[in-house]
Amino acid sequence: MIELLLGTIFLLSLVSILVPKEKYTSIFGGNHAVDSIIGSILGSVSIGSPVVSYIIGGELLNRGISLIAVTSFLVAWVTVGLIQLPVEAAFLGRKFAIIRNLISFLFSMIVAVTTVILLGLI
Amino acid sequence: MKKKNILFRRSFLFIVVMAYLITGFFDTDIPVKAAKLSLGTLIRLIPVFLLVLFFMALFDYFINILEVAKKINKTSGVKRYLIAMIGGLISSGPVYMWYPLLKEMRDKGIGCDSIAVFIYCRSIKPPLIPIMIFYFGLKYTIILSFVIAIMSIIQGIIMMELEKINVL
Repeated sequence: MIELLLGTIFLLSLVSILVPKEKYTSIFGGNHAVDSIIGSILGSVSIGSPVVSYIIGGELLNRGISLIAVTSFLVAWVTVGLIQLPVEAAFLGRKFAIIRNLISFLFSMIVAVTTVILLGLI
Repeated sequence: MKKKNILFRRSFLFIVVMAYLITGFFDTDIPVKAAKLSLGTLIRLIPVFLLVLFFMALFDYFINILEVAKKINKTSGVKRYLIAMIGGLISSGPVYMWYPLLKEMRDKGIGCDSIAVFIYCRSIKPPLIPIMIFYFGLKYTIILSFVIAIMSIIQGIIMMELEKINVL
């Protein structure tokens, strides 16, 4: 885990120096629904320790990306596994793996919206 | 799989070092600034990492996930979901490590719903909570964990209904 963490922190610092803030906001346009979908897609295709997603998510927040998009990204990272889908299907069945991942993808956005709403209320 | 992971991690670190060197050829200021930024982050994270290591050791020492898996087999209803949730919460490592055990559980008659609850609840990582609090705050971490726990049950119910109508 240490190599991965060190690598991620150093890589993100380099990226944050090289890539201007405006580039991030051009991917995430500011529309909550679209940003949430983009966050979920990015999280779904990513793989690795959740710590890495926290570091990336924290950096995205610092870059002005909405909390809904970041939360969708964090939740999809750990609940949707597009990369490991073939392995999941091999062990637990194709239908189970596809349906579970589809539901988890939709849920990542629902979780994000619910969390941000509750955060505002409480 | 484990050897591949180690190779991937080391290759990743090597690629990052190479990226620093390459950018240094164009502008020496860039890697210096980036390294300073990284060191600042690492220093702030050290106490959090120590806490994470402590929690991980505590979980490994006190909780036997296989015992939890056996308990799911023996219970039914809401209690089964709660045990599946606890199993997901305390299970560590990558999810593919758990597929053989989950398959075994399924072969022994455990429903898709409990398996889905287990996998979904794995997204809450108690040992990593200090890092999440560090980046997103305590209130956010508590609310997100609570919402994920509720959604895991809803996913379990959906999977159970789908299993009933033979979709799964």
